[in-house]
Amino acid sequence: MAYSNKVLDHYEHPRNVGSMDKADTKVGTGVVGAPECGDVMKLQIRVNDEGVIEDAKFKTFGCGSAIASSSLATEWVKGKTVDEALDIKNTDIVEELSLPPVKIHCSVLAEDAIRAALEDYRGKQKS
Amino acid sequence: MTHIYLDNNATTRVDPRVLDVMLPYFSDDYGNAASKSHSFGWTAGDAVKLARQQVADLLGADPKEILFTSGATESDNLAIKGTVEMLAKKGKHIITSVIEHKAILDTAHYLESKGLADVTWLPVDKNGLVTAEQVEAAVRDDTVLISIMAANNEIGVIEPIAEIGAMAHERGIWFHSDATQAIAKVPFDVGEMNVDMASLSAHKIYGPKGVGALYVRRRNPRVRLTPQMHGGGHERGMRSGTLNVPGIVGLGEACRIAREDLQRDMTHSLALRTRLEQRIRAELDHIELNGDEKHRLPSTFNISFAYVEGESLIMGMPEVAVSSGSACTSASLEPSYVLRAIGVGDDLAHSSIRFSIGRFTTEAEVDQAADVVIKTVKRLRDMSPLYEMAQEGIDLSEVKWHSP
Repeated sequence: MAYSNKVLDHYEHPRNVGSMDKADTKVGTGVVGAPECGDVMKLQIRVNDEGVIEDAKFKTFGCGSAIASSSLATEWVKGKTVDEALDIKNTDIVEELSLPPVKIHCSVLAEDAIRAALEDYRGKQKS
Repeated sequence: MTHIYLDNNATTRVDPRVLDVMLPYFSDDYGNAASKSHSFGWTAGDAVKLARQQVADLLGADPKEILFTSGATESDNLAIKGTVEMLAKKGKHIITSVIEHKAILDTAHYLESKGLADVTWLPVDKNGLVTAEQVEAAVRDDTVLISIMAANNEIGVIEPIAEIGAMAHERGIWFHSDATQAIAKVPFDVGEMNVDMASLSAHKIYGPKGVGALYVRRRNPRVRLTPQMHGGGHERGMRSGTLNVPGIVGLGEACRIAREDLQRDMTHSLALRTRLEQRIRAELDHIELNGDEKHRLPSTFNISFAYVEGESLIMGMPEVAVSSGSACTSASLEPSYVLRAIGVGDDLAHSSIRFSIGRFTTEAEVDQAADVVIKTVKRLRDMSPLYEMAQEGIDLSEVKWHSP
């Protein structure tokens, strides 16, 4: 399987690999996927007082396209507000990484990971 | 970029000696082996005759018992369809295993779907083994064929063919074995193995792609198959079609070399496999061997690296050619059915890599491969949420995953 250069780049030099403190109220954590499916993404965001995502981290168990999709997701959410981040669509990821049809589901999971992190953050602000 | 080839179960390089022997049959001695009236034909015919003897010698068979085909897939098709058609009046029950190659599985499924056969699919144990007792228990009055592979391509497990064959003979049932992965890797004598038919392929044994053979026993029992390829009656009427002379010559030479070098090849493979395994185990934990530890091809090992997905692992080692049981590497997005059959969970199936050493693999290559595997697994584990959770002491089997 030939990968696009962008996918290879994210794989060789992933952006923002790491973890944040789950308990921090400013941190939203999203874990999506399942080991049996071969894809698990953990995406975390830290939101500042202005409601802007100032930092993001990810860890992924999955193929090169999954790793690239989640790495790209952390790049894109940084600097966006929580609402702006909701606008990120999986199709944007597919286009940016030139994902083949068989790998589209990786981008869907990345979009879900963003949403899950945002939801977790929002949930914390309510309580 | 890929220069270390550890995927010999997928295919092998043509041995230079084999290539040398084949070449004249493309350029100078290009006759049709069935042309009986001139020297071009006679030369081709003689070359085929020699090759047939060479294949027979490797198997401990008579040359009259060797049919040439386009490969093991065709041999498997011929063995199963040819038997079912020939013995239709006697019965239509076939016994096989769930870890056979697709050439067997798809053929049996096809016959089942057409109502031409009833198939018993024997499960395997967690090591991939099926027992003679299991096969015996499945035998019915209308059983016409038992087909069990000699060695599995994915996990390398070696099945108890001789025992199954002995049982089949006592019952008067024809016994076929897909020996594609066993030939040239371990001893395989058709008499000792008690088989009535055996499939083999040239490209797994340092011969060319596109040619193989089917061993068909002539005495005790006399096996005759309904041909699946019509048109001229070649190969004793069982497989029509102009013989692939250069390919057959190559197959013959590959068999000759395999017979002479079997001990050398086995020792070489085992030493390198052991070296690779030991180096990997010395540096990495949370790894599982898939398949039986002992009854295994000396060249093959299939391991799961927990918490790391197979395709991403392969991507991190572009210098090394291997295979994975991960769904992401298959066209169907289904994880390996062989790993499933031995009870490997889908998560570990996604993390599996198959290494298969070959005649031309060197120690330096093995060391380099080990280093890059270790490095890549460590890097991916640092990126893995599952490894992180495991390090935190979380039991992954208890986690409720949110799958879309």
